[in-house]
Amino acid sequence: MEIIYLLIPISLILLAGIVWVLLWAVRDGQYDDLEGPAHRILMDEDKIVDGQKNSRRGDAG
Amino acid sequence: MSFDNTGEPGAAATLGAAGACFHCGLPVTAGLDIRVHIDGQDRDMCCHGCQAVAEAIIAAGHENFYRVRTEPSPSGQDLVPDFLREAEVYDVPEIQSQFVHVAAENTREASLILEGITCAACVWLNEQYIAGLPGVKSVSVNYATQRALVRWDDSRIKLSEILQAIQKIGYRALPYNPDQQQALHRRQRRQQQRRLAVAGLFGMQVMMLSISLYAGAWSGMERDFEQFFRWLSLGLTLPVLLYSAPPFFGAAWRDLKRLRVAMDLPVSLAIAIAFASSSLATFKGQGEIYFDSVVMFIFFLSASRYFESMARQRCAASVEKLVQSMPLMTTRLESASDAGEAVAAATLAIGDRVLVRPGETVPADGEILSGESAIDESLLSGESIPLARGPGERLLGGSINVTNPLQMRVSAVGADTVMAEIQRTMERAQADKPPLARLADRVAAHFIAIVLLIVASVALFWWWQDPARWFEIALSVLIVSCPCALSLATPTAISATLGRMQSAGLLVRQAAALERLNHVTHVVFDKTGTLTRGKPELERIICDPEFDQDHCLELAAGLERHSEHPLARALLREAGAAGSDKVSRIVNVAGGGISANIDGDEYFIGSVDFIAGHTDATLPRDWLDAIANDAVTAVLLARAERVMAMFTFADGLREDAPALIESLQRMGKSIILMTGDREASAARVAEATGIDDCRAQMSPLAKMEAVQALQHEGARVLMVGDGINDAPVLSRADVSIAMGGASSLAKTSADIVLIGNQLQTVSEAIMVAGRTQSIIRQNMAWALLYNFGAIPAAAVGLVAPWLAAIGMSVSSLIVVLNAMRLLR
Repeated sequence: MEIIYLLIPISLILLAGIVWVLLWAVRDGQYDDLEGPAHRILMDEDKIVDGQKNSRRGDAG
Repeated sequence: MSFDNTGEPGAAATLGAAGACFHCGLPVTAGLDIRVHIDGQDRDMCCHGCQAVAEAIIAAGHENFYRVRTEPSPSGQDLVPDFLREAEVYDVPEIQSQFVHVAAENTREASLILEGITCAACVWLNEQYIAGLPGVKSVSVNYATQRALVRWDDSRIKLSEILQAIQKIGYRALPYNPDQQQALHRRQRRQQQRRLAVAGLFGMQVMMLSISLYAGAWSGMERDFEQFFRWLSLGLTLPVLLYSAPPFFGAAWRDLKRLRVAMDLPVSLAIAIAFASSSLATFKGQGEIYFDSVVMFIFFLSASRYFESMARQRCAASVEKLVQSMPLMTTRLESASDAGEAVAAATLAIGDRVLVRPGETVPADGEILSGESAIDESLLSGESIPLARGPGERLLGGSINVTNPLQMRVSAVGADTVMAEIQRTMERAQADKPPLARLADRVAAHFIAIVLLIVASVALFWWWQDPARWFEIALSVLIVSCPCALSLATPTAISATLGRMQSAGLLVRQAAALERLNHVTHVVFDKTGTLTRGKPELERIICDPEFDQDHCLELAAGLERHSEHPLARALLREAGAAGSDKVSRIVNVAGGGISANIDGDEYFIGSVDFIAGHTDATLPRDWLDAIANDAVTAVLLARAERVMAMFTFADGLREDAPALIESLQRMGKSIILMTGDREASAARVAEATGIDDCRAQMSPLAKMEAVQALQHEGARVLMVGDGINDAPVLSRADVSIAMGGASSLAKTSADIVLIGNQLQTVSEAIMVAGRTQSIIRQNMAWALLYNFGAIPAAAVGLVAPWLAAIGMSVSSLIVVLNAMRLLR
């Protein structure tokens, strides 16, 4: 069970990482607009070279 | 109606339909041949503006926009070339200093208001397009607030070029200055989020360790590990205590300094005592630890406070939206030369003449000098349909000019504008506490003093009974009894309701009115301007059988076109574009009528007396009877020897009046119509709306006495009336709702002002007030039940401290979430 003296510090390092990421996300304003990203992800950002290719991809999906 | 070129409501269905502009959905004039090649086909465009916009979007490679959008785009025809030139004003450093933030050497940052956003695809298009401009470093568009934050390299691109580029794809962007209040809100919100995050994440670790400790206590655990876990718990609780708990300590300290006992005191005491004793136990290596209770308490309390402030801010957001909608720049016209000059809106003074272009927001209150346009006041009044306005009519700052350019004269600026008044009223109402909330506050304050006493006596009792458990039990009582839920029960519900009412077009001046509104038994309506529109409308056309009705209307419109009389205006509204142009030799007799020559014949239009005095025609007996019996206002159309048609006018009923009366009757309210008008016209309105109790020819004083008489019989009266004429009776009634829109806001003392003109919202107000009351009652019942049930249970030692922490925090969370249901 002495392994716990290694595992717990590792989990603490993970925790520190997670806390840092969350604080960064708050500071970056990730929680300011909870509505827009839900719409934005539906938009295909690829540039369309010809309309046909896109419609076929749309059928597959 | 006169705002047909703003797009029909059903235009979304005609995206790319035949005969409609592919870009904006407006009808394409037959024979017009403007096309743009989009998505493999040539698409029709309604104007060169739309063509230019569509070509710019295609050229930038964002053809996909047309596939994913769900609403038609704003029409390109409103794009004013003047704007493109004037955008350069925004490059002047003095003007930029108001809204541009210098981030680094050449990097600038500014917030832009984007106008013309109709759906999520517009947000996407703007982001993609702006980000693709050379020199733009980053851009993000907030869908909810329709604001864009742009960073750019000042040495490579100018702000005016960005604004012009956005203009090219059919949107209008204006820089705005996020005000201090808003920046403060954002900082607070983010700090609360960070505190919540820290409390949650560290709390989870502490919980995990506690579970192992509990399991270890059950099945045996090596001493070394146990001690290690305790120290770990201490170490993980420390950041929560130091980072997430200070707001509670700060508030408790403030209250103590003012010798007041409030909610944060027992909270802070519980946290501090539990942490101190647990730390001591950890140092000594023996005794119970309560780190799990401490972190949970802090986390759940922070969560309920966060939700509460979100509900408050959503209420404030509807006000903020008003403030933000005020433009930063405007075009002032020189008094002598009419030359336009771009100035900061804040520098406008009363009497200035201002040019408001289509799509622009009116910068201050004033009146229209020239031009006719549709005005969108939806932000101020909740009324979604733009209203037609012409010279002499009022314009409110913050409304949007939709169709045509207007010249206006400023009559009020800054704090004197209607918008500022709305904002102040909202803020006052929020600060105002209804009697029930005040009672709750008083009860809570006494309650806390009692709780501290109970805790002390429970501690003493157990010290004497079972010294091993006294601390744990006293701690449980202290945590479990905190009356947070009791204090949060009302204010959260009130702020949610106020925000909701405001977006429906109802401005509540006093939160206490909500409570009285709920108890209303009788609803008294005024007639003119309340149930009716307050201006005449063409009701019937009675025609001599020899003549065609449409022809008569056409002739009448041709004559009345030359009159400013309200009846003439009403007739023209009905006739629309009809009306002969070949009118000559017009003679206008003030207060009587008009005669003129149309196609060689002499025609007369006017009152009965005017027709009798100027022609030889006689009026059929039954027409005269109709006029006398129905007490209608009539206008006659006649030729030299005979009367052709009679137009009768009445004060038109609001379309939503019958529906409102019906829904009020379904709620079981008695409805009374009181009017100063004549019997016949009052009875007509009563019949049309389904009101049984109709009292006519009442002076304002008589109305007041009638309301008083009702109140003596035990009725609670809601008076709905014209804010200015009905002032005495409005102040006499238990609750009053004033009509008359935003402009009368400052002049009325009514509890609630109907800013929009939708009468139907009155029943919604009663409904929402009822829901608010029942939610407040649920909250209070729950809070009392919880506190009175939990304290005895904890005092006899049935509740462990961690359970108490969950119970207390969850009870306040429930109260807040319950109140937030009102927002839906």
